[in-house]
Amino acid sequence: MISLHQLLLLSAVLFVIGIAGFITRRNIIIMFMSVELMLNAANLALISFANHSGSMDAQLIALFVMALAAAEVAVGLAIIITVFRNKQTVNVDELNILKW
Amino acid sequence: MEPAAVQYDFLRWIVLSPLISCCVIALLGRKLPRVVTGTLASASVGLSFVFGLLGFLQLKSLSGHGEGEAVFLADSLYRWISVGGLTADVAFMLDRLSAVMVLVVAGVSCIIHVYSMGYMAHDKSYWRYFSYLNLFVFFMLLLVSADNLVLMFVGWEGVGLCSYLLIGFWFEDMEKAYAGKKAFVVNRIGDFGFLLAILLIFWNLGTVSFGGIFAQAPRVLTAGSGLATAIALLLFLGATGKSAQLPLYVWLPDAMAGPTPVSALIHAATMVTAGVYMIVRLNVLYLLSPQAMAVVAAVGALTAIYAATIGLVQDDIKKVLAYSTISQLGYMFLAVGVGAFSAGIFHLMTHAFFKALLFLGAGSVIHAMSGKQDIQEMGGLKGKLPATYWTFLAATLAISGIPPLSGFFSKDEILWSAFSSPHGHWAFWLIGWLAAGLTAFYMFRLLFLTFFGTSRADEHTRQHIHESPSLMTVPLAILAVLAVVGGFVGMPEALGGANSFHHWLAPVLASENGTLNAEAAGHFPEAVEYLMIALSVVVGLCGIGAAWWVYINRPGTAEKMADSVPLGYGLLKNKYYVDEIYNIFIVQPVKLTSIYILWKLFDAGIIDGLVNLSGRTVRGLGRVAARLENGYTQAYAITFILGVALLLGALLW
Repeated sequence: MISLHQLLLLSAVLFVIGIAGFITRRNIIIMFMSVELMLNAANLALISFANHSGSMDAQLIALFVMALAAAEVAVGLAIIITVFRNKQTVNVDELNILKW
Repeated sequence: MEPAAVQYDFLRWIVLSPLISCCVIALLGRKLPRVVTGTLASASVGLSFVFGLLGFLQLKSLSGHGEGEAVFLADSLYRWISVGGLTADVAFMLDRLSAVMVLVVAGVSCIIHVYSMGYMAHDKSYWRYFSYLNLFVFFMLLLVSADNLVLMFVGWEGVGLCSYLLIGFWFEDMEKAYAGKKAFVVNRIGDFGFLLAILLIFWNLGTVSFGGIFAQAPRVLTAGSGLATAIALLLFLGATGKSAQLPLYVWLPDAMAGPTPVSALIHAATMVTAGVYMIVRLNVLYLLSPQAMAVVAAVGALTAIYAATIGLVQDDIKKVLAYSTISQLGYMFLAVGVGAFSAGIFHLMTHAFFKALLFLGAGSVIHAMSGKQDIQEMGGLKGKLPATYWTFLAATLAISGIPPLSGFFSKDEILWSAFSSPHGHWAFWLIGWLAAGLTAFYMFRLLFLTFFGTSRADEHTRQHIHESPSLMTVPLAILAVLAVVGGFVGMPEALGGANSFHHWLAPVLASENGTLNAEAAGHFPEAVEYLMIALSVVVGLCGIGAAWWVYINRPGTAEKMADSVPLGYGLLKNKYYVDEIYNIFIVQPVKLTSIYILWKLFDAGIIDGLVNLSGRTVRGLGRVAARLENGYTQAYAITFILGVALLLGALLW
C-alpha cells in the first residue's frame, strides 16, 4: 500500500517539474504542457487526501477536474494554433503585441 | 375685492393649437406638400383666434360692458414646479387685458401666416419657416395668457429663441446669421433683469402668480420704497431688451435681415410689444414706484424722438420701418410711464395693425423689386402696384396720426395723457409731439420715394415689377381695414366717442378705476384738450407737407439739406454711431477679456493646466509601474510563484 506521504511527495515533485518547465521554457506548447502537469499534480494531491480520509466526494470532483482540463486543452491548443497562424512562431517572448 | 376666476376649458387650446401644428410640420413637413403645410400653419393660428374670440365673448357676457367686478377665465393644466414655497402651475388666464392681447396676437399672426404662404412660396425651406412661425405664435400666446410670472418667462424666452431662429432664417448669409445672434445676445441682457425681478418678487411676496402678486404687492411693498423701485426697474430692463428701447434697441434694426413677414410678425405686431404688455400686466407694481414710472416715461419719450430722427435718413425700406417701430414703442412706454396704461395697450393694438400692414406692404414692394430694398432705387410704383400702394397709404396716414384713422386716436390719447396725467409733464408731451411730426415726415418720405415720381430702378428690375398674388394682397386689404377703423373702439369722449376700449380695460388696471383721467380732466378745461387734438393733427400735416415739399415739389432739396449740415447728417446716417460706441466700450472689452483672461489665461492655463497635471502625474507613475510589465510570461510566473510562496510561508509560519 502506497502511503499518503509518498503520494504527496510525488504530487509535489510533479508540481515543481511543472513550475520549472513553465518558467524555463519559451515554447508555448511546452509551457502549456507544464501547466497541465501542475494541474494534475494538484489533482493527485486532492485524491490522495480523499483516499486517506475515505471520502468519495473528492474523487468525483477529480473526475470533473479532468473533464475540465480536457476542455481547457482543446481551447488552449486552438488559441495556440491561431497564434501560430498569425505570428509564425510559438515563442512567447515574441508574442508581445499587448505590451505597452 | 378678489377677482373671480371662472374655469374655461377652451383656454388651453388657444395656446396648444399652434404648438401641435408646429410639431406636425417640424416632423412631417419635409414630406407634406407646400399647400398643406401653409394651410395647416395658418389654420392652427386661426383656430387660436377663434378660441380667443370665444373666450372674449364669454368674458364679455360674464362681466357686461361696463366696469363691473373683475372676472377672468382660468384653465389649469398641471402643477409644474413645487419646491418649498415656490409653486408654479402650467395654467392660463384670460382677463380683459390678455383677451385683447390674444386677439391682437392671434389675429395679426393669422393674417401674416396667410401672407407668408405667398411670400415664401419659392423658398426651399418652406416647412422649416412655418414650423418656426407656429412655434413663435405658441410662445407668444403662452406669454400673454400665462397666469404666473414663471410661465410668462418661458414664453418670454421662447419668443426670443424663435426671433433668433427667424432672423437668422437665411443662415447661409453670415450677415443674417450674425443679426440673429445679436438679437439673441442683446435680449439676454434684458432677460437677465427680468429674471432678477422675478426672483425679487418671489423673495419678497412669496408668490409668482399674478393673482398673488396683485393681492400681496400693496400689502408688502411700501409705495416709493427702494425695493419696489428696484423690482420695477429690473422688469423695465427686461422690457427695454424685448421691446427695443434705449439702450438695448440695437438688435431691432439688424433684425430686418429676416424674411419680411417675420419682421411684420415679430418686430412690429407681437414680440416687441411683450415689454409693454408685461408692464401693464404688472401695473400694480409700477404704481408703487413713481420713480420707476418716471424712468419708463423718460426712456420712452427719448426713444420715440431718438429713433424718429434716425428714421429720417435711412434708405433701406425695412430699416425706416424698423426705426419707426422703435419710435412707436417709445410712445407706448411713454404712455405706460405716465400711468395711461390703457392708452399704451390701445396704441399697441393700432400699431400692430398699421405696422404689420406697412411691413407686409414693404414685403410686397421688395417682392416686386426682385429683392431690392433701397428706396433710392425705387419710385413710380404707384401705378404698377395699386393694391400695395393704397393699403400702404392707409397705413402711412394711420401712423402719421391723421384723423379718423386708428393711429390718430391712440397717439392722441398718449400725447394727451403725457400732458395731463398726474405722472405726466409738458416736456414729455413736447417730445412726443415733435416725434409725431418727424414720424409723419419720414413715413411720407418713404411713401413718396417708393411710389411717386419716376422709377429709378435698373432696366432688368423694372421689367419684373408686378403686383403680388392675391394671397398677399388680401391680407393687406384686411389689415388696411383694421388700420383705418381700428381706432374707433377707443374714441375719446371729447370727440363724442364712448372710449369703450378704455372702459374695457379699466377693471384690470389698478390706477384707473375711473379716477386718473377724471382727476386729470378736472385740472384742464375742455378747450385745452381740443387744442391738443388740433395741435397733434397740425404737426402731422406739417410733417406730410414738409415731406411733399422736399421730395415731390423740389426734388434735390434733400441732398442740399444734407450737404448744408454734413455733421448732423452724418450723425443721423450713422445712427449716432451707437453700434460703434457699443462695439468699443462693451463688445471689444468683453471679447478681449474673454480671449486673453478667460480663455488663454484661465481656461487654457489654469483649468487645462490642472487637468494636464493630473494626466501627467498618472502617466509618470504608470511609467514606473510599467517596468514590472515586461511582457515575459516567465517573469510573471516567477512573481506569481514567489507571491504564493510568501503567502504560504506566512500562513504556515
